[in-house]
Amino acid sequence: MSVQATVLKVIVFSLEDEEYAIPVSQVRSIEKLQHITRVPRTEPFVKGVINLRGVVTPIIDLRTRFGIDETEYLNSTRIIIVATDDVEVGLIVDSANDVMDIPVDSIEPPPEIVGSVEVEYLEGVAKLDKRLLILLNLEKVLTPDIRKGKE
Amino acid sequence: MEMDQYLEVFIEESKEHLQACNENLLKLEKEPENIAIVNEIFRSAHTLKGMSATMGYEDLASLTHQMENVLDGIRNLKIKVTLSLLDVVFKSVDYLEEMIFSIAEGGDGKKDVTDVVLSLKNVESEYKTAAEETTGEQNNVDEPTASITNYDDFELTVIQQSKEQGFNCYEITIQLRDDCLLKAARVFMVFEVLEQVGEIIKSFPSVGQLEEEQFDSEFHVTVVSMETSENIEKQINKVSEINKVIVNDFYNDSNKTQVHEQIQAQAEVAPTLAPQQKQMNDKEENLSSKSTSKYVGNQKTIRVNIEKLDTLMNLFEELVIDRGRLEQLSHELKHSELNETVERMSRISGDLQNIILTMRMVPVETVFNRFPRMVRQLAKDLHKKINLQIIGAETELDRTVIDEIGDPLVHLLRNALDHGIETPEIRLQNGKTEEGTVILRAYHSGNHVFIEIEDDGAGISREKIIQKAVNKGLIEEKTVESLTDSQVFDFIFSSGFSTAEQISDVSGRGVGLDVVKNTIESLGGSITIHSEISRGSTFSIQLPLTLSIISVMLVTIQNEKYAIPLSSIIETAIIKKSEILYAHNQVVIDYRGKVVPLVNLKDIFEVPTITEDDEDVSILIVKKGEKSAGLIVDTFVGQQEIVLKSLGNYLTNVFAISGATILGDGQVALIIDCNALIK
Repeated sequence: MSVQATVLKVIVFSLEDEEYAIPVSQVRSIEKLQHITRVPRTEPFVKGVINLRGVVTPIIDLRTRFGIDETEYLNSTRIIIVATDDVEVGLIVDSANDVMDIPVDSIEPPPEIVGSVEVEYLEGVAKLDKRLLILLNLEKVLTPDIRKGKE
Repeated sequence: MEMDQYLEVFIEESKEHLQACNENLLKLEKEPENIAIVNEIFRSAHTLKGMSATMGYEDLASLTHQMENVLDGIRNLKIKVTLSLLDVVFKSVDYLEEMIFSIAEGGDGKKDVTDVVLSLKNVESEYKTAAEETTGEQNNVDEPTASITNYDDFELTVIQQSKEQGFNCYEITIQLRDDCLLKAARVFMVFEVLEQVGEIIKSFPSVGQLEEEQFDSEFHVTVVSMETSENIEKQINKVSEINKVIVNDFYNDSNKTQVHEQIQAQAEVAPTLAPQQKQMNDKEENLSSKSTSKYVGNQKTIRVNIEKLDTLMNLFEELVIDRGRLEQLSHELKHSELNETVERMSRISGDLQNIILTMRMVPVETVFNRFPRMVRQLAKDLHKKINLQIIGAETELDRTVIDEIGDPLVHLLRNALDHGIETPEIRLQNGKTEEGTVILRAYHSGNHVFIEIEDDGAGISREKIIQKAVNKGLIEEKTVESLTDSQVFDFIFSSGFSTAEQISDVSGRGVGLDVVKNTIESLGGSITIHSEISRGSTFSIQLPLTLSIISVMLVTIQNEKYAIPLSSIIETAIIKKSEILYAHNQVVIDYRGKVVPLVNLKDIFEVPTITEDDEDVSILIVKKGEKSAGLIVDTFVGQQEIVLKSLGNYLTNVFAISGATILGDGQVALIIDCNALIK
């Protein structure tokens, strides 16, 4: 096993009081909040589209996506532009905090608690010192099959 | 062998060379005595042969080789250009095209070419026997002791130059022992030896064939070296399993180069040396262009992925937005030097914008240039005499439009030839010239490009169409009188409509014209017909300059801005609220005597309400085919040219939104798809 495989480089961001992580390889850039054009008749968590250097990019509010109460956007609010396969979208987060290396062996599968239904987009949980990072599965975050969870 | 990287270049260049062949063959048909044209065809064929041999497409190479032999005969005035001969050559070019297309589509480019090769050989052998009779020349290339006889200009130049620099040039014949097991390995060793003492100019058979052991026991190599012939002979003899080595001095006998190029010529460079091969071909071309100044028009181009151009365009638009901000800032600051600099920048970026926009443009020539060939063949098949004139082939269109427009044009041309132009007999009876004229014309006008296909044939019979339309139940007999000519002619674009009395191979199956119309409309264009009985018809196609820029009407709905394509807007109107009527739960208005349903975009798009409605209502009347609807908006911002962008792969199938654009202030505005709003 090579060294690279034992460490995962991630971007750490926060939502409400929790810290989440996405692999750096999936992150294209981090942007400040800018004017979002609403796109009618889309999923509620799709806030609209922005002009990202000439490319029209859809924006998802992760708070709405995860069912956290919406708050007003602050100065620290960021849009993390992520890419999976052939889609590029922006995620609105409370703040982007850090770039970190997480040892792969510190990642544990997400805790299964009775009653928590929307865990399909969680990849795992990493414990580092006193921080708890929630790793996201981007594909699952972007595919809106929360309808299952609602029923 | 890693060939993939050259494959694309190979296919593109082959297509270009074949096109050049086609064009020049047509020219040759008109001026059969013009040897300069033959030279050009020969050059194209020669390059093609070299390239295909390098890429390992043997069928291609062997066919081009035969073609080249015949062309060489014409060049040397040994074969006369006749119609039947041209037909054979045309046919071989057709075969070559098929093979190239097969390769382009991922095939192996193999094809049974024996029949054409045979007819080419027949042509060639006719002249050969004639040549032998007159000059008594012995053609002994098929004998095993033959040496390399076919050097091209480039090789001769190299040999000549090395001789001037004091090198010796040898033709070496090497015979391997009959019981030699690994012939290719021995060849390799011989080549290694030769490369140490000098440079290999050419080998026969080609290195590729030698590697594949496609030879009996003997092969020939031409080498330039400082060494003496004895030394070289000794060196080669050190390689085991060699029977005999003959080293001859090479002397430049002009006969040698002119005499028939027989069997696998110009296969001197192995596939491993592909880049060099290319270079050589280029050099060759340079050499020949120097020698014959007529060979011009080789514009220098590079191929760029269209995606890269799109990215460039995107980035540039961002720059334009920043420029706007900068202009505003400098204006506020009233700093004269800053003002000057910003103005300069504005001008430069304006020029830059023009260049970027035109980069995607391609002359329609790329589509038109295959038509002369097609028309020639069709005219022959239909026993008609046709003079095709092409005007404005340099007119430029967006690449995406160019890609789509080919098939509709082919269809219209076929129609013009088949139904439009009459047979020579009828034409003479009607007091016309025997030869029919078809004019293919392209020109710019405003933001559009027009392509017209005009023939001086029989024209379209209004009565026939009306009769047919009535039969098919498309119109009622009563309304016939009120129809304008263009309305009548429009019927031939309905599916399953053909007025041809006789169904022919070429056209007249009644499928197609509706497809033509659909294709053109999907490109944002339109087609109209103008026709006069016994004077001819003109099909006029109007196309947008580019697909990526469209004209829209910008409107606001509350605080949001939307764009509506001008192409679907009939007109705008401001009406009083009291004029809105209710018909069975549906809001409608009386618009010029017609009842038009109203669509409130604010409700459809769930726009958050900020201000309350006032007494006046702004509406846009939009159409979809024959149907129309009125869209309620808040204010009209104005007309604008915008760059069409997609919403990306994530947001697909958004209701009634066909795309987005970026406005001057950097914000995104959505483009409304009116078709989805009209049921």
